[in-house]
Order: sequence, then C-alpha cells, then structure tokens
Amino acid sequence: MNKHVKITSTEPADLSRRSFLVGTAAAGLALGYSGVPGLLGADQALAAPASFDPSVWYSIGPDGLVTVTCGKADMGQHIASTMAQIICEELGASWKDMRVQLASNDPKFNDPVLGAQITGGSWSTMMNFDAMSRAGAAGRMALVDAAVAAMGVPPYFKDELVVRDSMVMHPKSKKSMSFADIVKSGKITKTFTPDELKAIKLKTPDQYTMIGVSVPQLDIPSKTNGSAKYGIDTMLPGMVYGKTVTPPVRYGATVKSVDDSEAKKVPGFIKAVILDDKTATTTGWVVAVADTYANARKAARALKISYDRGPNAELSSDSLLAEAKRLQALDESGLFFVKDGDTAAALGTAAKVLEAEYTTSINIHAPLEPMNATAQLQGDIWHLYSGNQFATRSGAIAAGAAGVDPKFVVMHQTWLGGGFGRRLDADMMVPAVQAAKAVGKPVKVIYSREDDMTMDFSRPLTFQKIKAGLDGDGKLVAMQHDVVSAWPTKRWGIPDFLTPSVDKKGALDAFTVNGADFFYSVPNHSVRAILNEMAQNATPSGQLRSVAPGWTFWAVESMVDELAHAAGQDPAQFRIALLDGKGKQDGGAQRLRNTLLTAMGMAGYGARQLPKGEGMGVACVSSQERATASWTACVAHVAVASNGEVKVKKLTVATDIGTQVHPDNVRAQVEGAALWGLSLAMYEKATLKHGAIEQTNFDSYHPLRMSQVPEVAVSVIANGEKATGVGEPAVTVVAPALGNAIFNACGARVRSLPITAEAVKAGMKA
Amino acid sequence: MLKLNINGKTMSVEADNDTPLLWAIREQLQMTGTKFGCGAGLCGACTVHVNGEAVRSCQTALGDVAGKKITTIEGLSAKGDHPLQKAWITEQVPQCGYCQSGQIMQAASLLAKNPNPTKEEVVAHMDGNLCRCMTYSRIQKAIMRAASEMRTASNTGTERRAT
Repeated sequence: MNKHVKITSTEPADLSRRSFLVGTAAAGLALGYSGVPGLLGADQALAAPASFDPSVWYSIGPDGLVTVTCGKADMGQHIASTMAQIICEELGASWKDMRVQLASNDPKFNDPVLGAQITGGSWSTMMNFDAMSRAGAAGRMALVDAAVAAMGVPPYFKDELVVRDSMVMHPKSKKSMSFADIVKSGKITKTFTPDELKAIKLKTPDQYTMIGVSVPQLDIPSKTNGSAKYGIDTMLPGMVYGKTVTPPVRYGATVKSVDDSEAKKVPGFIKAVILDDKTATTTGWVVAVADTYANARKAARALKISYDRGPNAELSSDSLLAEAKRLQALDESGLFFVKDGDTAAALGTAAKVLEAEYTTSINIHAPLEPMNATAQLQGDIWHLYSGNQFATRSGAIAAGAAGVDPKFVVMHQTWLGGGFGRRLDADMMVPAVQAAKAVGKPVKVIYSREDDMTMDFSRPLTFQKIKAGLDGDGKLVAMQHDVVSAWPTKRWGIPDFLTPSVDKKGALDAFTVNGADFFYSVPNHSVRAILNEMAQNATPSGQLRSVAPGWTFWAVESMVDELAHAAGQDPAQFRIALLDGKGKQDGGAQRLRNTLLTAMGMAGYGARQLPKGEGMGVACVSSQERATASWTACVAHVAVASNGEVKVKKLTVATDIGTQVHPDNVRAQVEGAALWGLSLAMYEKATLKHGAIEQTNFDSYHPLRMSQVPEVAVSVIANGEKATGVGEPAVTVVAPALGNAIFNACGARVRSLPITAEAVKAGMKA
Repeated sequence: MLKLNINGKTMSVEADNDTPLLWAIREQLQMTGTKFGCGAGLCGACTVHVNGEAVRSCQTALGDVAGKKITTIEGLSAKGDHPLQKAWITEQVPQCGYCQSGQIMQAASLLAKNPNPTKEEVVAHMDGNLCRCMTYSRIQKAIMRAASEMRTASNTGTERRAT
C-alpha cells in the first residue's frame, strides 16, 4: 500500500549541526534554528532579510508577548502549553505573556529527534525538552546582552542580572527593563553555534520556577466558550460540502457504477465524485458534493451505488483469529524481536510449563470529532485544513490524491477533537482533495459517525500465545511469546519506522510487540512478531492510544500472574523478585519495582482482608517502548457477582515519569489513560463480519460513560530523571490488573479482551 | 427562509424544515461552538437549549424550533463567565475540549432547575454526554463547584434584598 506516496521530508532535523539565531524581524524578535545546516549567522542572515528563514520556534513582540509555535499536534494533552512552559522556564518570561500557535507542515517545524512532524508515543515532552530549554535559554541570553547595552550597566555586572517575569533586573542599581522595551530598543542579533548552544548551562531542577508548576493551560478558556477552532470548524469563502459514502466492506471494494438520478433532485446537489485513490488509502469511496452539508447528506443518501465487494467481502473476526492461530503454529512464521538464551531447551528442562492464549478484539478510536478535511487549491498550492497527528505523511497523502509533489501541499493545523492515534492516518485528505479538484471549489468533507467508525484504522485484532517454564524453586526461567496481528506501521511504507529483527532476517513492526521486551529478568526469552496478512488487508489497522503495550502487557502480565499462582507465590512478590535489575534490566527494573510498591502501599494490597467475592490484582508495565518507558503499576480492586458481573471498585495507579512539567496535567492524562484502559478492558469491542465493521455508532460501540467511572487514585513519582510521557502508559496497565483481580476474587482466569460477564462466569470453578 | 431566535437575536437561514438544527447553526450561521459528534443523539456534543431545555440539536428539526428560544454555548453568558464556564477553567476540565460545549450546556440545564444536585443526580443527568478523553471526574467536580458558587451568589442576593 501507499506506493504512490512520496515522503520528501523525513531527513533528520539534526539540530546539532545548525546554528540558533536570534534576530529582529518585522514583527519583533524571532528565535529559532537556522533553516539549513551551516554557518550563516543571524547578522549575515539579517543583512539579507529575504534569506532569513529560521525555524521560528518562538517570537517576542514589541508588546512583550511571547508566541511559541508548536509543531506537535495538540489533541488534549496540552502539548502546546507544555512546550511554552519549557521555553518560559529558561527564558524568564511571565506566564501571562505566553501564547501558542500551531505550526504548518513546513519541515522547519519537524521534531528535533524524529525528523518529521509526527505526534504519538507519548514522546513529545521527552524528545523536545532539551531543545526547547536551550531555545528559551538562548533567548534569555540575547535579551540580557541587549539589556546590558540599553540600561548602561557595565558588562561585568552581567552576572548580577536577574531575569524574571519578563523583566531583566539589576537589583543593586535598581535598574530594570521589560522584554517589551528590550525588543523595542532596536536590533538584537545573536548567533549561537551548535557548540555554544550545547554549552549553555541549563537550570538545575532546584532552580525551576515554572517546571513543576500547574500553570493555567493556555488552550482551556477557548474550550469553555465555543471559540476553540477544530478542523471541522474550517470556513472558507466559496466553500461547498462533501459527504462521504463509504462502501459496505472495510477495504478492497470498488465502485462499479453510481446512479445519481435521485440525488439530482436534491436542491444544491453539485456532483458525485468517485475517488481514484492512487495512495490506496481508501477503496470504493464516493463523495456527494452539495452547497450545504445538510444537502450533501441528503444527496449522499439518494445515490444508488453498486459495488464489487472485493477479496475481503466474506472475512470476519473469526476468520482473522483462525488465520492468526494457523500462522502462530508454524515454526517459520514471523521475525524475532527478542531472542535471549535458548528458550526451547529451557522449556524442555523446566520443572513446570504453562501455556496460554490471549486475544484482544478490534477496537475503534472514535475521537468525538469525526474525521474531516477541507481542501482548497490556490494557484498551484493545495491547502488542507484538518487536525492531524502526522503532517509530514498527511501532506504526502494529500499530494498523492492531488497528483502533485508534496512540496505543493500546505497543511494547516488546528486543535484536534481527539486523536488517540486516529489522526496519524490521512484518509480524510483524499476525499477532500479529489472532491475539490472535481468541482473546482474549496470542499469541506465531513464523515458521518458511521463512516468514521466503519472506516477506522482500528487497533488490530491480536492473538498471542505464551509458553513459560518454572524451575524447581518456582523461578521463571523461560518464556516463549508469539504475537500475531496486523502491522499498522508497515502500512505507512516508511522503512525508518520498522525495526530489524534481532537475527537481521527482516524488518518487523516493533509497534506490535513493544512491551514484550519487558524488564523482568528471564534468562531464556524469545518474542516473535508475526504479521497476519489477512487482517492487514481486511482491516487496515492503525496506532491506538498506547499501541502494542495495550495487548502485549495484557498477555505478559496475565501470564506472570498465572506463573506466580502456579509457583504458590504472591503475584506482587513474584514480580518484585523478577525485577532484580540484573544486566540489561538495570535501572528500569528498579524503577518499575518502586512503582509497584507505591501502588501496593496506596491500595493497601495484602494489608487487609477483603470480603468474599472481592479481590485485588496487580500489574506493572514499562510503556511505551523500552527506551521511552514511563514506569507504571496498577492495583485493581474488583467485586465479582455470582453471575460473573464485575464491579470495578478502585484503580490505584503509580507512575514514575522522571520530571513532571505540569503536575495537574500529568494527573489529568494519567486519569484519562487509566479510564481508557478500563474502557478497552471491559466495554469496547468491534467485530468484523462480511468484511465490514459491524459497530456503526455509540449505540453499538461503547466507550466508558460517567456512570461507569470508578474511584481512581494516582501517585506520580518525579525523581528528577528526565521527563517521560504520560498520555499512554496507564492505558496498558489496567486490563491485566483487572484480569488478575478477577482471578483473585473468584478464581476465573480471563484471557480475552474485552472481559465479559459470560467469560468470568464460565471461568469460575463450579 | 426560516427565522430562528438564537441567543436573543433573530437569524435567518435558508434551509428546509427537516434540516437538523445542528447543521444550520454550525455551517450556515457559522456558530461552530456547537459540535457534531454522532448524528444520532448518542453523544451529547451538539447539546443546545430550546426554551431552557437541553436538547440534541442533531435530532431537532428546524421546523420544530421556529419561534422558540434557542441558546448555544456562544450565548450561555455574555463573556464566557457563566459559573459553569468559570468552574470548567478552575478545575481545568477540558483535554481535547471537543465535547465540552455540550457538557456545559447539559450541565447548565441541570443547575437551572436543581441548584443543589447530589452526585447521583449529576451522573444521571450527564450520562448521555460522552467524553472520549474521559474527563468525567473533573466535569463532576466543576458542576459541584459551579452549583456551590451559584447558591452562594443567590443567598447573598437574597440577604441583600432583605436588608
């Protein structure tokens, strides 16, 4: 798929080779990395204003307002505000002077680590903290230099200057100058070479006045009065509307014919556009275009379309699962993600071997803002207005749909009405671009909720099998873990996002097995990533909040519990023993152990007698990837009725994220993530039948509602290590903690998500 | 041409009687604070008030609201300072924010009738409003805070009148 998509801008940003420029531009002071690697300084750049094109990460106006341009998609994680906060700390600005704006897809706003504009993985704070801190500090240094000159303070007093609340002050002489006045005072020009930038001494945590403070989020007021603009709110002059008509099969159908005779009777109807999608993102889609959205909906309903249902038309969830089981049973399937020791031999000599299968259903992102995009051709430039998480690739898809080079596409970012990974995909660009091209006007395309759900790039159905061995002392000595699923990242067609297998036999999608490379010490350990090609074709999958750790830890943390019980040990103590921090597990294992102990302490695990039918269960995870883990543990407390109904009484979550930029936001994210975990574990299930997703709206697909919210207790551990992400880890820890709690409450071991009362009842011992 | 009374103003819209109020408000009158979520009355993102009652504008035909008083999030307060809006900021409720216009409008219809709701009454009244970011506990807290502020304000008002 996506063979027609050309990604032109994934070259690493490599800021280590770029100068940092501070210079006076038309609207005030501009600060950012130079657009190209090289030695052109700010003074030279400014001498030829046309060539002064720094990556403007922020600017300071003559009114003293500091505007940060955020290259990250803000889908409710308040990342724009967080970036502003990190800059603000080093710059010494007052929070009330900080503003944010959202970046276009210009490569100059690419992530400094990832080299593309992509938002996911709970990576943003971790990967941008250093660059944003240095940008803030460089700005402060340039302002101080200018202030010294303007205030008439001898340069050797520079060390006595205090920068705070958007003021440069010299307490001894009682002289001071505001940022606004410094900017107004004239030309500030300073160039930092890469080495100078690297040498800037950043604040130490004890000097922080902004990091660690729960300042008011900059985006929140606009989200209480209706003024925040999302992609769906785009209005362009002369714009008309498109309503997608999606085929009766998720993927692979083609349009045979469209009869628009009834649609033509709808007032305002303009045209039915059959998509010709060379990016292969969509198949068999039609767009009904009309003057208003109400009329476009009517026209869409009036179209009579006949389809060739294609090769996936008879597939179902059952077929995908059967295919997964077939593949798992083959020795030659898949690629190794982990291969430590000799697992087969160790299993052969183990005193006790356990074997179990774990499954998770298809899940739908269903952000509350349905997918939409507005496309406009101006001259030879395509303008796309759509909240999206992957501007680099979305621009390329839009270009593919338009038949132009990606450099002719400008993506205009908005706030995202939920992302959760859904807006990493760019299908919505295709109907918008092709409808606009067909009618010669700007077109806003809005999916119905039914289109949004049935055409989701869903979390794939997964099948996992684990075989594990204990030695005579009840110690875990071997684990063989197979993970079968569609491979969402492979669909992107970007080799850099795939990972070589440990034996270099091929490239695998690590975003289907992350988490399986856990921090327990298991001497013989293998993990196979197996692509379910049938699922890949029938249900093109995507990254859903927390991605692989959402299923790998379901299997691993359930199995570890089963092993503990088989060894006659307390499951929490069994885990603590496995987290010994030996060899490659050093550091991570200890941090994970500490979160587990914290959650146990907060929940009173093992410290009190629970009534009959109640139980507590533990789980601990290193989501997202090993290299980007936030150490997270959960104790779930449940009550199970005799009919198998589970009532979740409390979720206690402890998470070690190193440094918290905004404590209140960290809590908000961890709470939301834990409730997402609960929702996926117990309420959300999608199924494929006759090649189509059966759930079409919130009457058949059931995200958690207010009445289902249990008590959630969160403890955040900020121990001064570098900041890691918070949007996802707590999603992954909840399902296994619940499964383990259910076992402790009633003896039923559930191995399939979502957990149903029927499965619990069936698992209870008679 | 239909005439609608929205946020105290008379507005004209070119649409059929069966057009959902939601689409007329959003796309024709360009008041985009009211959101489209499901088109089936299942999520509450499109909640507005008609004669003071919370309704799902995606399920309300224009023909049924002619002559009635329609209030959207833009008209809930003059300066975005309804006690609920202030409480939403104090409690830092929104994440993505997309559902929050609907949440606030739904909550406002509760507090207008019941100034002192119990937690159970809040949950029962709000359960039809989905929040995909799962900000539910903050929504609850903000409603309780706003209710308390409104009671205090009205008590103070009563005392002042008494003296």
